[in-house]
Amino acid sequence: MKKAKGFWLSIILSLVVYGVVQFLINSGSLNPFYANTLIFIAINIILAVSLHLVIGITGQFSIGHAGFLAVGAYISAICTMKLEFPFIAALIVGGVVAAVAGLMVGIPSLRLKGDYLAIATLGFAEIIRIVFLNIDYVGGAAGMQVSHLTDWTYAFICLLITILVIVNFTNSRHGRACIAIRENEIAADAMGINTTYYKVAAFALGSFFAGIAGGLYAHNFYIIQPTNFGFLKSFDILIFVVLGGLGSLSGAVISAILLTIVSTFLQDYPETRMIIYSLVLVIVMLYRPQGLMGTKEITDYFGKWTNAKGGNSYGK
Amino acid sequence: MASKPLLHVQGAGIQFGGLKAVSGINIEIHQGELIGLIGPNGAGKTTTFNLLTGVYVPTEGDIWFDGKRLNGLLPYQITRGGISRTFQNIRLFNELSVLDNVKVAYHSLAKHSILSSILRLPSYFKGEEEMEEKAIQFLKIFKLDHLRDEVAKNLPYGQQRRLEIARALAAGPKLLLLDEPAAGMNPQETAELMDLIAFIRKEFNLTILLIEHDMKLVMGICERIYVLDHGQLIADGEPDFIQNHPKVIEAYLGEEVESANA
Repeated sequence: MKKAKGFWLSIILSLVVYGVVQFLINSGSLNPFYANTLIFIAINIILAVSLHLVIGITGQFSIGHAGFLAVGAYISAICTMKLEFPFIAALIVGGVVAAVAGLMVGIPSLRLKGDYLAIATLGFAEIIRIVFLNIDYVGGAAGMQVSHLTDWTYAFICLLITILVIVNFTNSRHGRACIAIRENEIAADAMGINTTYYKVAAFALGSFFAGIAGGLYAHNFYIIQPTNFGFLKSFDILIFVVLGGLGSLSGAVISAILLTIVSTFLQDYPETRMIIYSLVLVIVMLYRPQGLMGTKEITDYFGKWTNAKGGNSYGK
Repeated sequence: MASKPLLHVQGAGIQFGGLKAVSGINIEIHQGELIGLIGPNGAGKTTTFNLLTGVYVPTEGDIWFDGKRLNGLLPYQITRGGISRTFQNIRLFNELSVLDNVKVAYHSLAKHSILSSILRLPSYFKGEEEMEEKAIQFLKIFKLDHLRDEVAKNLPYGQQRRLEIARALAAGPKLLLLDEPAAGMNPQETAELMDLIAFIRKEFNLTILLIEHDMKLVMGICERIYVLDHGQLIADGEPDFIQNHPKVIEAYLGEEVESANA
């Protein structure tokens, strides 16, 4: 099949990228600062893509993604630091617990629509943060020390799996059901789609990968504190998705890369950093209100081996 | 007509707070019939459709379909049970292609799970291929297959209506509910639509209930007609009977005596 060919091509391409970066890191020609930036980019892409599934595909405006990031970060940190699990197991446990948290938040709140859902998810994320703030077992406000375990290999494998799973989900009848919900919930219902089930499923899947990102995040920074997971973090992730174009996976990836680089290099100019960062956002939104990619995917420009990834890979 | 009706509505109605939108509706539809539901604006026709499809839960009476009681079932369960519908204001999946719009309707017929989709197991490829083939065949019947990669929102109005009917049929209903299918169509498009309805009815062995304001269409193709006014059924019978029914004339044109006096 033609589709399978494009699939293997992209796998090979990504392995080449991985190999080159790994070689550069090993040979020492890429200094640790840049290597760390790359890991940070990978984490941000995972976050952006997982939120893209919830907002861009299913159309559920959730702005509490940092809450699930926090669950993944703390749970995986507890697993490695207190229970002495291996890192991989800790990542998975973090993801699973975040997915369970996603279910618990999603089942009651996904009955709401639009603004109301946004406020509810924001509230839940704050609850999660405050809970960690008040548990002495994880260090409370002082935070929790975590050993540095995340490296480029872990980050890249997690990133690859995240993108594969979400692309495959989107390109199946289940993804189409989610897009149908985004496009017209009443009609989706009338077509025999269990809308509640798919909204919750997409939300839980998104939360799972946010949890995985949390595990990587925690083990990349030596210390995690509840303040890292406030609503500003949620907005950072939301900005990746909106700036990339709602409904476009490659848009989310590109904007996550771009904005991470911009904000990393602006760290040298702390006085003007937020001003320039905000200016970038304002300018993009002025000139590309539909986001960098609109609803298109990058693969649209290289012929059609994909189906309706973001809903609209055909057309004009 | 001796057989059990396919759809049997027994005194159904719904109350929103103090407002009785519709009440005491009795409808019997048998397998294979083509029935019209008419009435002035605000009579409760679409509300009746919403009761039948589970958008609203009736506050009185019962709805039986194919031996099952529908009260309280969710819309997607009712669709899977064999009732599908179109909408008064077109509700397509605008950003999806024509083909994908139809594929969505096949959703509950395919069986591959989320896990097999993510892992791309053979059942995924088989399921998706089957859906695609069926959807393409379906579009051919509706003469939309040349537009299959077009985004739904870019279609002209008449074809959007056509696609909506195609999509509703793809869900595999026994009873099809059409909510003002000819709204906004010119006489020629309406004539084509009448042909289409007659055709799908034969082709898919369908039972159809339609709401319509276009009297030519209703009187032309419906075998029986129910008339609603102010949330109540005021008459039912064959087109000729309805056309001359005093209550129906009154509902549409006002009372004769009153107008004579005025």
